[in-house]
This record gives sequence, C-alpha cells and structure tokens, in this order.
Amino acid sequence: MRVTVTVNGSEETVDDVWEGESLLYMLRERMGLPGSKNACEQGECGSCTVYLDGVPACACLIAAGQVEGREVRTVEGLAGGERLDPVQEAFVEAGAVQCGFCTPGLIVQSHDLIGRNPAPTDAEIREALAGNLCRCTGYEKILDAVRLAARRKAAAR
Amino acid sequence: MATPAKTPGPVRIPGGVAAPGRGGIGESPLRPDGTLKVAGEFAYASDLWMDGMLWGATLRSPHPRALIRSIDIGPALALPGVLAVLTHEDVPGRKMFGIDHTEDQPVLAIDQVRHQGEPVALVAADHPETARRAMSLIAVDYAVLDPITDPRAVIADPEGLKVQDRGGITRYQPVRVGDVDAAKAAAEVVVSGEYEVGIQDQAFLGPESGLAVPSDDGGIDLYVSTQWLHNDLKQIAPCLGLSEDQVHLTLAGVGGAFGGREDLSMQIHAGMLALRTGRPVKMSYNRYESFFGHVHRHPAWMRYEYGATGDGRLVYADVEIILDGGAYTSSTMNVVGNAASLGVGPYEIPNIRIDAYGVYTNNPPCGAMRGFGAVQACFAYESMMDRLAAACGLGRIEVRRRNAVSQGSRLATGQVIESPAPLAEMLARLEAMPMPAEPDRSDLRNLPGGVSQSTRGEGVVRGVGYGVGLKNICFSEGFDDLSTARVRLEVIGGEASVLVHTAAAEVGQGLVTVQAQVARTELGVQKVTIAPADDRVGDAGSSSASRQSYMTGGAVKRACEAVRAELLARAGRRFGCPAGELGVADGKIVRLAAGAVLGTVEDVLGDGAIEETREFHHRPTARMDPVTGQGRSHTQLALCVHRAVVDVDVELGLVKVVELAAVQDVGKILNRLSLEGQIHGGSAQGLGLAVMEEIVVSGGLVRNPSFTDYLIPTILDMPPMRLDILENPDPEAPYGLRGAGEPPTLSSTPAIVAAIRDATGRPLTRVPVRPEHITLPEAP
Repeated sequence: MRVTVTVNGSEETVDDVWEGESLLYMLRERMGLPGSKNACEQGECGSCTVYLDGVPACACLIAAGQVEGREVRTVEGLAGGERLDPVQEAFVEAGAVQCGFCTPGLIVQSHDLIGRNPAPTDAEIREALAGNLCRCTGYEKILDAVRLAARRKAAAR
Repeated sequence: MATPAKTPGPVRIPGGVAAPGRGGIGESPLRPDGTLKVAGEFAYASDLWMDGMLWGATLRSPHPRALIRSIDIGPALALPGVLAVLTHEDVPGRKMFGIDHTEDQPVLAIDQVRHQGEPVALVAADHPETARRAMSLIAVDYAVLDPITDPRAVIADPEGLKVQDRGGITRYQPVRVGDVDAAKAAAEVVVSGEYEVGIQDQAFLGPESGLAVPSDDGGIDLYVSTQWLHNDLKQIAPCLGLSEDQVHLTLAGVGGAFGGREDLSMQIHAGMLALRTGRPVKMSYNRYESFFGHVHRHPAWMRYEYGATGDGRLVYADVEIILDGGAYTSSTMNVVGNAASLGVGPYEIPNIRIDAYGVYTNNPPCGAMRGFGAVQACFAYESMMDRLAAACGLGRIEVRRRNAVSQGSRLATGQVIESPAPLAEMLARLEAMPMPAEPDRSDLRNLPGGVSQSTRGEGVVRGVGYGVGLKNICFSEGFDDLSTARVRLEVIGGEASVLVHTAAAEVGQGLVTVQAQVARTELGVQKVTIAPADDRVGDAGSSSASRQSYMTGGAVKRACEAVRAELLARAGRRFGCPAGELGVADGKIVRLAAGAVLGTVEDVLGDGAIEETREFHHRPTARMDPVTGQGRSHTQLALCVHRAVVDVDVELGLVKVVELAAVQDVGKILNRLSLEGQIHGGSAQGLGLAVMEEIVVSGGLVRNPSFTDYLIPTILDMPPMRLDILENPDPEAPYGLRGAGEPPTLSSTPAIVAAIRDATGRPLTRVPVRPEHITLPEAP
C-alpha cells in the first residue's frame, strides 16, 4: 500500500508498505529515520516514542497505515537546523546519555512534558517518564537533564 | 510485501567521533558521541542499512532437550522472497564455537538441542515478515527428551545427568584455608543460612543486531555490537571457513551490554547468510528473541555456615556455592572462579572451606553479567553478616567493621591486598550519611504501590539495610590481559590533532570520553578524534570486568607517552636543547625548568605526523590452586558499600526503595559525571535483582521472555541516591584508578534485601524478593 504522511514537517509518500508493518518499521527501514528505537516493539520501553498529531505515542504499536494523512514528529525533527533543542542539549550536558538507546524516546517524552508543564516537580517528571525504560543510568542524570532543560526553556521565554 | 522501494538515504555505517571541548583526566568533558545520540543520528547495529540487503532470521528450538530426527527446508526455500535456508550442514567451516577456548556450542544445532531457543536453522529473505513465514515452513522433527534442570541433582550424579559429554560439572573450585573442623569445635557463635539467586537478564535495550557484507576478496565485513571484537573474530573466522584476514569487524553502535554481548549471537549466522547469498544481510532480534539470544546471570544455590567468637569475630566459614550455567560452558569457568575466590567477601576469616561448582543443565544458558560470580556470593555473605550481628547482639555496621579487611589483609585465596582497602572508613562514612526524611504520606506517589492506591500509609514500615561488596577488576587467573592503542599526532587544518584508534568497545560506559581525556592529558593537545573501533588495530580485550579504563586507558596512555617522547625529541633538535628538559602543555612546547614557551606543537610537527602503537598488560595473575584455591588470582580489587532505606507495605508485600546511598573507592576519579552514572546504573541493576528481576523457568522453559513480564526498574522504582566517592590510588594502575562499573551492582542488592528484612522481620533468603515472600508465612 501507499502511505502519505507528514514527517518532521515535510509531506512524504511511501510505496510498497506491507499492511502488517508498524509506523516504527516504516520510519526506520523505509524513510531513513532510524532515530526512533526498536528496543521491545511491544509498547513497554518507550524507546520508539514519537509525536503523532502532537501527542507522544509508541511508534511500534501504530500500524503504518494508521498514520495516513497525519503528522509525525520524531527525535530527528526536534532540533532547529544545526541547533539542538534544549532538551537534547541538557541530556548530553547532564550525563543522561550512556548507551543512548533509550535516549530518543526519553527526549521526545521529556520534550512533551516540558511543553505541557514548564516547571515539573520531581514527582511529575517521574510520572511522565514512567513508561520509558533506561538500563544504563539509574535515571538520576535523566532527572537532572529534565530539570536543566526546564530551567533553560523557562529562561529563554 | 516487497523490498523497500524508497531508498532510506545513504549507507549508514558507524563513523569516528570528534571529542568536542576541553578536558583531561579528572575533568568531566561531555561524551563525544552524545550529540549524535540525542539527535537520533548515532548508528546502532540495528540501524544499519544497505542497498539490496536481505533480512536474516533464526529458527530456534521450542524444546529444552530433544533429538532432531530430521529438518525439511524445502517448503521454506520455495517461498517467494526467500534466498537461503541454512542448517548445520551449511556451516562452511568449524561447526562449533565458544568463548574462552571452549568450543562446545554448535553454530546451528547438530542432531540435538540442549536448551530452549537454541538456533536450529537460518533464513535470508527480502523482508523480515517473509523470513518469519519461511521459518514457520521449516519442518523440524524433534524427539523430545526430559530436560535436566536440577543443578543439585547434577552434582549428586554428574556422570548420570550429562548435558555435555565431558560430564555434568563445568568447574569445581575448592578453597581451603586453616582447619575448619577444628575451628567448629571452638566457635562460640554459629550461624547458617541457605540462599538462592534467580536468573537475571542483562536487558540491554539495543537488541542483538548486525550487518554482514560480502567483500571483494571472498570474505565478510561485519558491523556488529559486541564487547570484544578480536575474540569475536577468533570465533567467527574458523566457523565461516575463512582466514582471520578475510573477516573484518567494525563495532556498530552498542545499545548497552552488561556482559550479554561477550558471547556471539548473530555474527556467524549473518556471515553464513551473506556468504551464501552474496548480498548484505541484516539480522536484528526482537525482544522475545533477545531473551533467548544471549546468556544470562547464573542462578545460584548457596549454603553458608559461619562460626565466630562471642564478640562477633569470624573464626570459620563453611560454604557451598552452586551455579547453573545451562547447556554450554560460556563464561562459567570464570564465574565459578570469582564465586570461589570472593565467596566470603572482604572479611578476614582464619579458617575457610568453600566448594564452588558450575554445572551443565538444559536450563537457559548463563554466562557473563556485570559482577559475575561475585554478585551471587555477595548476597549470601552479606546476609550472613547480618545474621552474625543478630546472633552476637552487635550492630550491623559494627560486625562488619570488626571483620573488615584492610590493606595488607589476606583474602580467602591467600592473596594479600596490596593497595588501599579502606572498608572500615567507608562503613563509617556510610553510617554518617544523613537519613532521608519521612515521606509526605498524603501524596500516594511516596508510598509502596504508588497511585494504585494500595495503601494510604497503613501497614507501611520503614527499614534500613547495609551491603558491602568486593569485586575483582580486569581478567584474573593467569589470563594474559592486554589492550592495544594506536595514537597519531599531526597537524590538520593548521591545528595539532590526535587520532586515537583502538578495538575497545564503547558500550555506553563512556570509554570514548576517557580515551580523549587521556590523550589531552598526555599530549597537551585539545583536538582529539576517536576512530571507529575495529580489528585493524591490535586486541583491546573485552569491555567487561570493569577493565577498560584500566587496560585501554593504560594502552592509550602508553601510546601517547611514546608519541610525546618523539615530539619532544624533535622539539629538542629544533630548539637545540635536551628533550629531557622539555614538556608539552596546552599545545605549546615548554622548557620545564624555566617555564619558557619555545614554540607550538604545530611548529615542531610541520607536515610530519607521529604515530605510535603500544600494548598495555597488567601484572600477571595466577590460577587458583585446583585443590586449595590459593593463589594471587586477581590484579586489582574494588570495594563499594551501600545503605538502603525502604518502605514496605507489610500487608501486601509491596516495597518502595526510598533511598540508596553508596560509598565507593575508585582510586582516581577520571570523569565524575560518567563515574556517577556508572554507580547509579550499577546500583539500579542491583535493585532490579533485589526486588523484581528474574527469568522464570520451569521445566527448562522460559516463562517471561518480554518486558511485559520480565520487569526492570523504571524511574518510579529507582530512588534518589547519595554518593560519596573516595580516591585512594592504586599505585599499579594508570593514574591510580580502580575499575568502577561492577562493584555497585554487588552491594546494592544485599543492602535492599537487608532493609526489607529490617522492616518485616522475614528471613528473605532468595532474590528477587517477591510480595509473597513478605506476606506468606512459609516463604523463604
């Protein structure tokens, strides 16, 4: 089948998509966007989190055909040109990245959190990120990163 | 289904990373690969893509033990889109492989399967779904046998219950010190316990993946996520029937490892499919397959008896440790060695009898995982220290202090601890740390069970516990442990630049950052690039045993020193003074005595590069004596201590870990930001083992191979941590450093379980602790 979808602001048409493919597979294997990660492919780890019409969702749980005519924004679409989003910068600076496989999903989820709640408490950060597994960091530096990003975004306002 | 019609951009293969900014040893420069990782542009093994590539898939045994009567690949091969279906008959070279020179594992099952998930056949197809359908068309006729699943039964009858022809026991390692029987008569206090550790999974997030590309010379280029490129190469080439020159390995981005990538997974399989089809082949396991695609942490059954004086000083230890390695040898030899040599931990005991066994069964295969062998024993010996404290009426910290090792102490192996081991001081510092505040119980998120509203504070009891762990660093028992680095200094674009090339695997731990820091410190040059890790430079050893800062850091340091010596020799000739009077700092050649700047590094280099390659070896170690277990088997030892504070809903058995505090001696802090991340992450994996993580097995079958059913800690499970990091240098190690990745994984588990015991009064002799262990009277 053919799928037409707006990804990171640009409308794309993808041909020969098999009906059983997920949005994650289509992004990674057909559209050259492997930033969203394939860690569990059953909606448990959050590594494939993307925005679908502005709402975070696990791309592994969405059939490719379901995104016809809709808008998807992936981790690759968060930076403004060469300039990283403050959430991305904060993850590097706070030491929240080790192997980095969970990082794209955590960044999209944190980006959404700060967009909705510019000054989240620690409890709110934990609640928002509870669906994103990280095996390397023990989450302490991820909390640091989200706090830092929220402060930076607030200061820039 | 069709092959991808839309080209997803250019070929993606891993590249080198420039280390931005400044920062030598002791500073915290940012990760050179961080920007790529947060932008989603870092090429992990599962992201690799090539025009015309095929997808490989692995048919695995559904049975833990069975004979294979026949395999019919005809219908699978006839499916449109399928380009190859291979069995053991198609292995081009040696049909067996294995790490540590134990080639006891078939590339593909030959006539029998010895564990659930054992690879039986391979498929290459134009789409992963085609490959899956083809696998369902392969007809394997199995004669199912009763699996051998009880490791204690194997020890009782090792010749009768044989999974491997060589017998049921992989390694038996005794340790004998003093006279335990005589000491038993004299002990005033005796405590004993039986302990059990479940199977833990590494649960790295990046699945086993890689890309095999046929090369022009009939060989194979492999892009894989692994922990040890050269050890992979030694196993892959003979099985593919190729020379090591014909197989080239490049490290693809690694999504975590924790020991689970020491053994091969898809490497030989993808190589076979690429050789057969002449096309690039990608293999990428999904999470279900990943649970069968790598070895796990050995489950353990441990029986301990300690005798002590009335004032709590240990006089003997009588210990049996059984570790189930599953069907193949993998790392079991070394796991048994660690469990035996570190079986009583960092305590002085004059009389010791330890019997440590590794056995073969048809349970899931086990091998390396962070802290291996030492983790299992640590849960037992720390539980014993608490029992001893109770029996003697002593505080739990005090009983540890009375028996703690220090520099100059002897371990169970007779090995003298030659560098600082300030356990008593670490315990004092742990005890002095402030306690966390009582929670605001009006907020459900602060209570066990959280927003599931299982309690509003009733039945919630706080507990505090302590854990101490001792881990060997680097390879032990006579292994010639080495790493290699090639360092090139030259002027690029008018600026002096360093290129560091090693085969060492960056698996997330931050080794690329440390390599750049070493180069900046040794060469006084800011611009450093880390070349992609591959096999075009000498062996770096494995990214395991907390050894890469020590070994590859040491190799980079040594190569940089050689480059610096040549640079200063050239500078001496140019400026007309002895090289021995010169130094390099901040890009300048400096006359040390006068402090005078003579010129820049660029002036001296001109168009001429300096390149040096050096190996680094740590001091030799010795095998443990096969009868007494005595011997200087470890080159370095590292300590970490934890305090855990928990709130337990004693009615429902739900646990909330409120805080973890840790004191660790790392010799020298190379990069505080990365180091703290290692301690946090290691502690989190210990928390997982304490209260949630277990591969549940019955009848040799894994019952929970998914992240829905195998739980790892989330951000809600992991509490805030307090860290106190000590720097007592080890004079034998580069910069005085002490390997830091594993020790926190040892001590956090027993600390958390001790805290739950403190809250509940339950014995809790098995990890992970489940709710029913807390609430049911007959539980362990």
